[in-house]
Amino acid sequence: MLKLPIYLDHNSTTPMDPRVLETMIPYFTENFGNAASRNHSFGWHAEEAVDYAREQIAQLIGADPKEIIFTSGATEGDNLGIKGVYEMYASKGNHIITCTTEHKAVLDTCKHLEKLGAEVTYLEVQPDGLIDLKALEAAMRPTTILVAIMYANNEIGVVQPVKEISAIAKKHGALFFTDAVQAVGKIPVDVNADGIDLMAFTAHKMYGPKGVGALYVRRKNPRVKVTAQLDGGGHERGMRSGTLNVPGIVGFGKACELARLEMASDTERISKLRDKLENALKQIDESYVNGNPAHRLPHVSNISFKYVEGEGLMMGFNKDIALSSGSACTSASLEPSYVLKALGLGDDLAHSSLRFGLGRYTTEEQIDFTIKAVTDTVLKLREMSPLWEMFKEGIDIDSIQWAHH
Amino acid sequence: MAYSDKVIDHYSNPKNVGTLDKSSNTVGTGLVGAPECGDVMRLQIQVDNATGIITDAKFKTFGCGSAIASSSLATEWLKGKSVDEAVKIDNMDLVEELNLPPVKIHCSVLAEDAIKAAINDYRSKNGLEQLVFEERIH
Repeated sequence: MLKLPIYLDHNSTTPMDPRVLETMIPYFTENFGNAASRNHSFGWHAEEAVDYAREQIAQLIGADPKEIIFTSGATEGDNLGIKGVYEMYASKGNHIITCTTEHKAVLDTCKHLEKLGAEVTYLEVQPDGLIDLKALEAAMRPTTILVAIMYANNEIGVVQPVKEISAIAKKHGALFFTDAVQAVGKIPVDVNADGIDLMAFTAHKMYGPKGVGALYVRRKNPRVKVTAQLDGGGHERGMRSGTLNVPGIVGFGKACELARLEMASDTERISKLRDKLENALKQIDESYVNGNPAHRLPHVSNISFKYVEGEGLMMGFNKDIALSSGSACTSASLEPSYVLKALGLGDDLAHSSLRFGLGRYTTEEQIDFTIKAVTDTVLKLREMSPLWEMFKEGIDIDSIQWAHH
Repeated sequence: MAYSDKVIDHYSNPKNVGTLDKSSNTVGTGLVGAPECGDVMRLQIQVDNATGIITDAKFKTFGCGSAIASSSLATEWLKGKSVDEAVKIDNMDLVEELNLPPVKIHCSVLAEDAIKAAINDYRSKNGLEQLVFEERIH
């Protein structure tokens, strides 16, 4: 029996795996110690649990446990990684390169640094969502201290050529930071093979708890340092003060271990369902898949259904299916998705997009239900759409003088 | 954001979706909004030339649920009114009836603009001068 509503918004957050919750529970009650308490068994227990989680997390990304700095999540990791490098390496330069489709936690951090004197280059992406490596190469300057490019995009799921990007950064003596929130736990990420110097990621996108994340900070070749952004007790090798969230960290560790062990089988199953969904929805006239299909996360599909508006579309099934749209109406700003606009999509296509994010518990039955609900709603709304009627009559919608508000 | 029951009802069972013959001189057509803004509304009225009464109204809307509901409700209200009465339909009446939240008020403004544009289209087809409405910021 199909249970409603169906959750297809796994890029926003994921449900916690019950196995993760189970490992966390004792650390709220009997093992409640502060990991920084060095003089009694409560503290030792907590520290031991944190050390174990640090190993589980490091193992997933091919790092040394000492390179894991715990944070409250990826927004903090992005802030600490970028601001921390900018301050620490101020004598070396003030230029940062990023791209226009980054998460706001990266873009707004860069904008903040611009006010403090940083020079920032925002690389445009190509229509498939990938950055142009030649443009990156051309943007490098002697003063470039950091290249900050996300591993995989949250809206369209495209995976950037991280190895090539890090090689370019290294060649020019700059550090490479990546926001890997959407990638870690979903696809193989290896900080050494990928040439990553700093990397922000978070537990709640991989079936772990909210409120805990990590910043990977390379210790060898080169030894990277960041200036702390919080003053206090000097936890996490002085880079991030604040009492450690022990239950959260324990859960994060377990989530990483499960991801490492089950990634291959999860990916195989989920990508099949994603492809089934996408292939069925592509059968609808005038529907377009956004982002490079060959370099993409296995669980994401972003599709524009031309001539229908995303929020109106979601209203047709949002009591049964939870997903996101690039439509303006779903955002506080009333602007359509800046990521889709950066791909060169017209505002009309950006308004017409839906993002499907599948996950560990998505079933084929849910996908079949979704295919039908989305198809029916698109067809129903097109019957109601003046733009669809004009398109069918062969009227060029771009030639109409629209009254702009 | 939760939708009001009335918005959901108009969205699920829209009234008067369709197309009237825009070349007829008894039909007024108003097309407002822009695809880039995420809302396009086309509202049409059929007028009895002898009595000045709106005998039929149809719409098609590209937009969110509130935009669809605003245009659906507007067509309901237009039917049976005289053109002179129809001019007086105010967007705030739609807001009130549909319980639109502040971020959706522009949907009702668009519907009001569509009514006025349809009326002016009808007037111009019948040699009547254009009504001038106050410019509004959406």
